Amino acid sequence: MEDGLALHHIGVRFGGLTALDDVSLRVSPGEVVGVIGPNGAGKTTLFNVVCGFVAPHTGSLTLDGRPLRPRPHRLTRLGIARTLQGTGLFAGLTVLENVMAGASHAARTGLLPALLGLPRSDRDERRLRRHAHDVLDELGIAAHAEAAPGTLPFAVRQRVALARALAARPRLLLLDEPAGGLGAEDVAGLAELIRGLPRRAADPCAVLLVEHHMDLVMAVCDRIVVLDFGRVVAAGPPEAVREDPAVVDAYLGATVGEARA
Amino acid sequence: MSATRAAAPARRTAAESPRTGRTVPTLLRHLAVAAVAGVVVLAISYQLDSFRNFQLATVAAYLCATAGLTVLTGLCGQLSLGHGALMATGAYTVALCQNAFADRGVTAGGVLVLSLATAVLATVAVGAVVGVAAARLRGPYLAGLTLAVAVVVPALTVTFDGVFNGEQGLAVPVAPAPAALGFYFPYERWQLWVVTAATLLCLVLLANLVRSRYGRAFRAVRDDEVAARLAGIHVARTQVIAFVVSAGSAGLGGALLAMLAQSVSPGAFGLTLSLFLLMAVVIGGLGRLAGAVWGAVLLVALPDLTHTLTDLFTLSPAAAQRLEGNLPLAIFGGTLIVVMIAAPGGVQGLLSRLAGSLRVRWRRRRS
Repeated sequence: MEDGLALHHIGVRFGGLTALDDVSLRVSPGEVVGVIGPNGAGKTTLFNVVCGFVAPHTGSLTLDGRPLRPRPHRLTRLGIARTLQGTGLFAGLTVLENVMAGASHAARTGLLPALLGLPRSDRDERRLRRHAHDVLDELGIAAHAEAAPGTLPFAVRQRVALARALAARPRLLLLDEPAGGLGAEDVAGLAELIRGLPRRAADPCAVLLVEHHMDLVMAVCDRIVVLDFGRVVAAGPPEAVREDPAVVDAYLGATVGEARA
Repeated sequence: MSATRAAAPARRTAAESPRTGRTVPTLLRHLAVAAVAGVVVLAISYQLDSFRNFQLATVAAYLCATAGLTVLTGLCGQLSLGHGALMATGAYTVALCQNAFADRGVTAGGVLVLSLATAVLATVAVGAVVGVAAARLRGPYLAGLTLAVAVVVPALTVTFDGVFNGEQGLAVPVAPAPAALGFYFPYERWQLWVVTAATLLCLVLLANLVRSRYGRAFRAVRDDEVAARLAGIHVARTQVIAFVVSAGSAGLGGALLAMLAQSVSPGAFGLTLSLFLLMAVVIGGLGRLAGAVWGAVLLVALPDLTHTLTDLFTLSPAAAQRLEGNLPLAIFGGTLIVVMIAAPGGVQGLLSRLAGSLRVRWRRRRS
């Protein structure tokens, strides 16, 4: 029995362009795995495959050893949550409502009880609201619960997005460039937060992280997978990946050597 | 739709901010508001003459449709240019039902409830079909689909004139006011009571839905579909639910209008009505049930106002008629532009902003 998420030989093509080519990777419970690579390396496509936005042409996914056919709106039910680049917050909802929306799959009220405003609808809402408050507390942004996301600094919005994903009580969290647009101080706080996710008292979760910010990736990841032109060019613990010539080449390419051509 | 977002900012009610404390049950709160509104209308109905009672009843009937539309367009972000046609569906269903009852000699007033319920169900069915198609469409394509509905439904009534009696339409036989109210009880007052009861029921249901997880899902889908899907929300299903609920409300509104006019004809439910409804909810304040009230008031007051305006000038009868036909649309359009520039939140947005600044000033003075 293999716990966690595994990608087996995933291949994705967009027309003539190969976005992912024979990519295999695994995220086990308790792990923080980073995916890095230059722009266009296929990092976001990889996430989109896991989320079901893009169907792979070849290969397969498994979750806890069982085949996984992801569909975006079923994902949180499977214990997988994802944040979006930018923040993707609902502008017309308060911070609290955004986080409550993240736990949508846990809401049980049917249409008729909701229309009739039955007490069970109220109970459902109260339960979600309490849970959302707890997550906001944990991330230290409870003070902003009633604010509209648009009025908050970017770093706080980023945390709200994280809170919304965590509200689903995921076992695996996919973070899409969470440090994008953050200052150095905020990145340090974020790193600490991500490190703590697999060790949370309630609902610990593994993390799959796509990120450009090298310091963050090196600081938080147990393992790193390096993508270039849709292929895995290196994988391993941070210190090994950092020294890997293929990685140096992928990132600094033409300036270091002409080996690529 | 950026206007949609600006129009419906996050709003809190005082009753629910404490995080764990007991709160007033949603249903109870909404029923209390409805009861107060009902009593107010009841009191007013005794002060107004028959014509004003009739007009107020018309406002209430339109309110069902505007409230439904504001939930769909304002909260769920789906544009519908076809709500006039959905009203027609309700109106014709109630006409057919009432005629069927009358033909069988059933004239008790209570059957109206059955007819209204059938009208809502019929419109819900039509709404489900349109809604399933609408959930696959975005932006201009959705507008196109609903526009087609707006044009096709009135045309159907002419095509199948054996059932719907073509341009002439159908009469809607309605029982007189209960004898217990007395012989001299004005019929329009009774109509107002019936329509108000139905409308308040509709509004309570809509308000409950808006405060539930569905209301949140509507707004989430409106704001960001991809994020909504990742949050575990079935976007298409949510949109269909919004469309169906909205259609049911419009159907009830149409049925009540038919009951008020005691007749129904395709001319009353043309594309213009759909456009009026949309403009009314935008001017009133998109995504807010209170805004739908202003919209409904406007729908009734504006033709009345233009009538008064045209009376001010001495015009040839032909010119007066032409002016009266087009002036409401022009005024509506003009108002819409002014409101969008001056107050993107509509009348209700403006009012709640005013109330907010007054509250701040009051608090400052006290401290």
